[in-house]
Amino acid sequence: MSSTHQPRAESREPRAAAAESREPKADSQWPLWEVFIQPGGGAPHEHAGSVHAVDAEHALQNARDVYARRGEGMNLWVVPSQAITASTPEDMGPFFDPGNDKPYRHPQFYKVPRGVRL
Amino acid sequence: MSDSFEYLLRLADDRLVLGHRLSEWCGHAPILEEDIALANIALDLVGQANLLLTHAAAAGNTGRDADALAFLRDAIDYRNALIVELPKGDFAFTIARQFFYGVFGMLQSEALQKSSDTELGGIAAKMLKEFRYHVRHSGEWMLRLGGGTDESHARLQRAVDDLWRYTGELFQADDLDRRVGASGFGVDPSELETAWRATVDDILQRSGLTTPAVTWMQRGGREGKHTEHLGLMLAEMQVLQRQHPGATW
Repeated sequence: MSSTHQPRAESREPRAAAAESREPKADSQWPLWEVFIQPGGGAPHEHAGSVHAVDAEHALQNARDVYARRGEGMNLWVVPSQAITASTPEDMGPFFDPGNDKPYRHPQFYKVPRGVRL
Repeated sequence: MSDSFEYLLRLADDRLVLGHRLSEWCGHAPILEEDIALANIALDLVGQANLLLTHAAAAGNTGRDADALAFLRDAIDYRNALIVELPKGDFAFTIARQFFYGVFGMLQSEALQKSSDTELGGIAAKMLKEFRYHVRHSGEWMLRLGGGTDESHARLQRAVDDLWRYTGELFQADDLDRRVGASGFGVDPSELETAWRATVDDILQRSGLTTPAVTWMQRGGREGKHTEHLGLMLAEMQVLQRQHPGATW
């Protein structure tokens, strides 16, 4: 079985339980929020970074000020970092390796008909 | 000096001085995100000042360009309201001042969109979007500081008490204001006071703050009669241009 994984409040990298004691005390910082920006035109939201904020409206404004001042046509999502569940490095093998050596699972041999846009 | 030139200077100087005051927080704000937010708002205001000074330079036809107007005028020739030149104070003071001026700027920009001068109307549309965000930002902070700890509440109340006597000047109309209001070029600021008061009273009440009872208002900025603070600020702001006239990057 893979080791336990859990959401991390203070880091962008997923970490295992043993590292928790090295984290700064939670009440010395405002809660952490992850920021996702949609560049426009219906494209998917992309992770842009994180901000500290006291609540959702504050996080939205901080995200706009820190990450969204350049560029156009956007939408912003802010998510409490606590709400994100991430896989750990130990999970990489069990989660992702089996896919790499099974080419028949990937649509690589399909020829796109002329005129079709992906 | 033509009415349009004088009026545009009043608009531009408010923004230039307030933008500079806000920029003094850069590197010193209480938290990183707020440092960036205040710098962003400062840039918005300086950008607005740039557009307005450029338009004024063309309207004034005095041979001075926007840079000359910004960096080579003395305090006596500046036409900003007194509230924007006050030193930045603590965070609560900055937020309260941003809020008071921001609501005014938002209402003024909204009205200026209908200016008989299409360029000013276009600038106003852009300013309105920016002021809407400034008001959202400072308004939310008013609620959080007012309803926060005893210290944040006390500091914000003190800030509101100190600033109140400077808010009246924003709405005091003189003959120039009445002329540009009548011609449609500008907006008579006295027409904005009721709406300003409604928005401000609402936020003060929701923040748990008391509206000051003061009714006497400071004035003089529109005639070039400034506080002792503006000269010191301009000395810093203008020193580079004055020591190296015409220098470019």
